Amino acid sequence: MKRIPTVPATSSYGLTAVAFCGWLLAATAHAVIETYEFSSPALEVRYHTLSQELRCPKCQNQNIADSNAPIARDLRVVLVEQLEAGQSDEQILAFMVARYGEFVRYRPAVDRNTALLWWAPAILLGAGLIALTFHFRGRGAGAAPVLTASETAELKKLMEDNSP
Amino acid sequence: MRRIRVSNLQARRFIPLLGFGLLSVLLFRGLSLDPTALPAARLGQSFPEFTKLELQSGEAIGVANLSQRPALVNVWATWCYSCRVEHPFLLELAEAGIPIYGLNYKDDAAKARAWLGQLGDPYALNIVDAEGSLGLDLGVYGAPETYVIDQEGRIVHRHVGILHAEVFSADFSAWFPQGPLGVEMPARQGSVAE
Repeated sequence: MKRIPTVPATSSYGLTAVAFCGWLLAATAHAVIETYEFSSPALEVRYHTLSQELRCPKCQNQNIADSNAPIARDLRVVLVEQLEAGQSDEQILAFMVARYGEFVRYRPAVDRNTALLWWAPAILLGAGLIALTFHFRGRGAGAAPVLTASETAELKKLMEDNSP
Repeated sequence: MRRIRVSNLQARRFIPLLGFGLLSVLLFRGLSLDPTALPAARLGQSFPEFTKLELQSGEAIGVANLSQRPALVNVWATWCYSCRVEHPFLLELAEAGIPIYGLNYKDDAAKARAWLGQLGDPYALNIVDAEGSLGLDLGVYGAPETYVIDQEGRIVHRHVGILHAEVFSADFSAWFPQGPLGVEMPARQGSVAE
């Protein structure tokens, strides 16, 4: 059982919190409701994978599984047709890319335009590690300063001068 | 030894400023980019093969029916408000002798004929693409869209959104040097409709 929060039911604060949680759940569960008949469960699994990996050309931050745009619906229909026609995942992706460009894939192939996209995480991580190394090495060197013979003598003199 | 360390420290103070500067340049550049602009995958390729009906005559047409000189292919529909805004400019282009082929995209043929009867018909031919399959082959994702095909039938340019005099003289005049004569500059209108 879910535990009910220990806020009085009359509290608008509690209600707001509950509504907010409901909204969060709804946001994650958002997807277009449609039914397609598949001849095998394996095709259905591939349909879900591919429709989440293909990006809607019209509404750019949604995949075609989530989007209500007419073009996303058209692409889902094409996807189902091609799956049923026995096309491989590679063939279907190639079909989409030929028409809408690498843009249509959420995992684009590595080429001149997408190289930075793919390598940026590694480059940034490397840069961060290098920066950290320099930071700590610099600190280690500064922690134990070695005095020259003349500096030691000067220090000793100063200490003696100031002693009561 | 000591002096070097101090100047090193002073230089370090400017690292955040440098980072800020780089970020500013990056973000400033982002202001002038259009995030909805997509690369056209079909550029440089032949216009896709098709067999469709012509809107007015009802005859079957294909790639062979397109002309042997540079032409426009305009994707339109009666449900597309921006197409209505664009329409007067297409009429001017047709008057200037530029061949325009219509791609009546996911539309009702009777409504489309009524629209052309009412507003005028700038199209040399109109391809009926009721189910949007030719649109899909072209990589169309909304209307209006306008393509340029050259004399060899290759797609050489694509414009998404309303075609108006400003866009035409900037991006299309290379293929149509005759241009539309004495066009009035239509006021800037909203962007692409669904």
